Amino acid sequence: MTRRQFYTGVISLAVAGVIFILPFVFVLLTAVKTKQDAALLTFSWPVEWHFLDNLTEVLRTRNYMLLLAYFNSTVITVCSVTLLVLFGAMVGYVLQRRPSGWNKVIYAFVLAGLMIPPAVVPTIWILQSVGLFKTLTGMVFIQVAYGLAFSVLLFRSFIATIPRDLDEAAIIDGAKPWQIFFRVILPLLKPVTVTVIVVQSISIFNDFTNPLYYLPGRENVTVQLTLYNFQGQFQTQFNLLFMNILLVTIPPLIVFVFFNRQIVAGMTAGAVKG
Amino acid sequence: MRMTMRTTLASVLVALMASAAHADVTLSVLLDTNSETTALFEALSKSYQQKRPDVSFDVESRPGGSEGDNLVKTRLATGEMADIFQYNSGSLFQALKPERTLADLSGLGNAGNVTDIFRKVVTAPDGTLRGIPFGPAMGGGIFYNRKIYADLGLQVPKTWAEFMANNAKIKAAGKVAIAQTYGDTWTSQLFVLADFYNVSTALPDFATKYTANQVKYATTPVALRGFEHIEEVAKAGLFNPDFGAARFGDGMRMVATGQAAHFPMLTFGIGNVSQNNPEALPDLGFFAQPGDDATKNGLTIWMPSALYAPAKSENAAEAKKFLDWAASREACEQMAAAVPSGPYLIKDCSLPKSIPQAVSDMLPYFETAGRTAPALEFLSPIKGPALEQITVEVGSGIRSARDAAALYDQDVQKQAKQLGLPNW
Amino acid sequence: MIVQKSPYPYWFVMPAAVVFSVLFLAPTLASLWFSLTRWDLFSAQFIGLENYRQFLREPFLIQGLINTVIYAFATSATKSVFGLLLAVLLTSGIWAQGFLRAVIFFPVLVSTIGVGITFSVLMHPTNGVINVALSAIGIPGPGWLTDPALALYSIILVDFWKGLGLATLIYIAGLASISPDYYEAARIDGATRTQMFFRVTVPLVRPATVTVVTLSLIGGLRSFDLIWAMTRGGPGFSSDVLASVIYKQYQAGFYGLSTAGNVILFLLIGLIILPMTAWFNRKEVDL
Repeated sequence: MTRRQFYTGVISLAVAGVIFILPFVFVLLTAVKTKQDAALLTFSWPVEWHFLDNLTEVLRTRNYMLLLAYFNSTVITVCSVTLLVLFGAMVGYVLQRRPSGWNKVIYAFVLAGLMIPPAVVPTIWILQSVGLFKTLTGMVFIQVAYGLAFSVLLFRSFIATIPRDLDEAAIIDGAKPWQIFFRVILPLLKPVTVTVIVVQSISIFNDFTNPLYYLPGRENVTVQLTLYNFQGQFQTQFNLLFMNILLVTIPPLIVFVFFNRQIVAGMTAGAVKG
Repeated sequence: MRMTMRTTLASVLVALMASAAHADVTLSVLLDTNSETTALFEALSKSYQQKRPDVSFDVESRPGGSEGDNLVKTRLATGEMADIFQYNSGSLFQALKPERTLADLSGLGNAGNVTDIFRKVVTAPDGTLRGIPFGPAMGGGIFYNRKIYADLGLQVPKTWAEFMANNAKIKAAGKVAIAQTYGDTWTSQLFVLADFYNVSTALPDFATKYTANQVKYATTPVALRGFEHIEEVAKAGLFNPDFGAARFGDGMRMVATGQAAHFPMLTFGIGNVSQNNPEALPDLGFFAQPGDDATKNGLTIWMPSALYAPAKSENAAEAKKFLDWAASREACEQMAAAVPSGPYLIKDCSLPKSIPQAVSDMLPYFETAGRTAPALEFLSPIKGPALEQITVEVGSGIRSARDAAALYDQDVQKQAKQLGLPNW
Repeated sequence: MIVQKSPYPYWFVMPAAVVFSVLFLAPTLASLWFSLTRWDLFSAQFIGLENYRQFLREPFLIQGLINTVIYAFATSATKSVFGLLLAVLLTSGIWAQGFLRAVIFFPVLVSTIGVGITFSVLMHPTNGVINVALSAIGIPGPGWLTDPALALYSIILVDFWKGLGLATLIYIAGLASISPDYYEAARIDGATRTQMFFRVTVPLVRPATVTVVTLSLIGGLRSFDLIWAMTRGGPGFSSDVLASVIYKQYQAGFYGLSTAGNVILFLLIGLIILPMTAWFNRKEVDL
């Protein structure tokens, strides 16, 4: 490392620290303050540390609603991301490997899926008629429907980098289509799968609007909806609000720390190769 | 390892939920997040559980304002409403199509206890009662800080001119004369909405003609006054410096603790002060928004929200029993003791002896005939959804009062058309 | 006669197609019909194109349209320019490079609502940390979210802050796929760093640029959460975008009108994105 690289690093870190880290320090400090202290909105050392008090108060609110929310959000995220990976890879595979008139149609739907803002109330009617409204299963399928386009695009471009020779070798060996896909192709998709997992799980875990409409009911609460508990229209308890923000940020952070190194690899081959 | 953790978490959750659900009947309840609402329901449910220990309540909170309107409508339309829910009375109640979506409460034993003035705002077009009053009637006017008034030797104003004179003196004394809190946009409408007593005393048939598309805000000078008031106070530079970002709670705190002299608001703000700054309650006074004529001074009043039950629900019978209790004088006095911030609308329901100063300031208006008038939204189904943004514009100096009123008339026209009203 | 079956059967598409059609396409088509009705959730009455007429007459529609386009292009442009520059910096082997990448990516992890709430507190005109800090060094801070001329740009700034990490990441991936041979060749030709950046990096990182620009443009045109969490389109109507105008009609219970607005938004996105994708794709063939 040259001296120049070292100093550039130090300066960059200082700038990034102010721009990207200070807001989180603010969240953290406010989250441990007392209600009155937090209401001043200042960037200051807490007069009294109320970390445990605030933490337990947030957790205890409405009969441990946040724990239930963690549970629900985790179930929704894990199930829908699994399906998104599977479905996205399967569609991307056919789309990339089998050029035909249908491809244009499928591609048009994929683009439509990226672009069209969903129509809420007709969706509720349909969910109800198939008995999935207000259920975690229904929410999972909604997230799959809304996230599919992006996953298909990522997988399709990644699959383009996998040589066809591999499929053909398997075909000659007499493998059935599903065997080719699950035994040969899918294992090779690991880098882009990691990318899909990270991007989709963060956006599903952080989704606020969709659960608000499709998953009403106290027992169905998700983590982002718990922010509503403390952001009432009339009162705001900033310390608890920020403690809540802090708590709901932890799961995505864990996902990120866990997959950090692999994300770039998936992006390299997936998103970027067009 | 991960599996065991998940199993543990699941069993903890099951245990938690089981402990909450030991009672025989669990009524689901949907309330807004206002602290008064929570306090009212707590009083009501606790006293009911003393009579009926087998009933428990599962309370879910919803956002207030138009976001809440949307949620309530969606859940009613899709048949997913809680067993009991709280929602506005008046025109917002009518927009729920009550005759189709809400349970008929006319047959309840205590239905006769609902006062006539409230009955009007929760009666479906077919003449049946659909809601039970939940909370005190409110006045829309101006909170003031009694200490500042005493220190500067000011009198409660009876005309707008006197009010402005007071403001000038307060400003000269180096204090914030009027708190405004546009961080919660709905709070910006008060000068227009609370002026309706003055409009209706000048033009008693304004509401009818307004609904029939015969009068407009922009072309009716007395109705335009509300918008002009905002323009005038904004131009005079009377607001707190952070008026664009401050929120409702800030406004109540400022006027109660003397950081501001006035805050135009509905009287349910008293609940906020008694929760957050109870020591300041004695300094919090209230008067009606003054008009141009001191001899015609009176208060614009708001009906409280109501409790409703959806037409179909699993626990319909139990929900009705609970609503019947909510309409009893005994239940009402429990609520009045918990939230004594205005008169209640159940017959013979009395307020506790010690009431906050601002409530005593408000009660005299109710005691004299003709000194109160219901707000326009209880007389006409039309209220343009963009009023709060438009009044923010006037208060922030983006738009003149006259333009704002004209723009609001357009907004109203859109709403009337969407409601499918005749003559629009 | 035996039909030769393709090794890439269409039934692979079926599970996804069923979910997508039932939960996305069908409701979207239904909403096309509802956009022609006066619809209060309880009953719908056919009123032809009246909703479209009304929506286009919306006094703040033009302002909202302009804001939408400004928002989408500003966030997209800043994210791609600064994303690329940062990516170059963060692949140049500087000190604490890995940690810096994580720091810049961190905001992507936080929910939009959380970010919105946090920044509206930081940008409070009198007590907010930003303005308190500015006034400490003698600069009177502006009303970031309360000045009608500034509110939209403040939100754009926060959107940029939140989305920069993702753009940088995509660019880092793009840079990683450029063969070092190109730089080597350029160096032999005696190219300066700046020349290498413009002659080698920028053209060769184009696929990443396409991804960043397309995703952030679509995201920007549809953007709603952050604006709603920070200003709700205010003060007044000054930071309204198409999506928030639509949402307000929805909130007011004008479901048909709001659905018509949705269709208009969809058309606008199509009008901008489709020609762009076509153009990108055509260029790609030349490479």
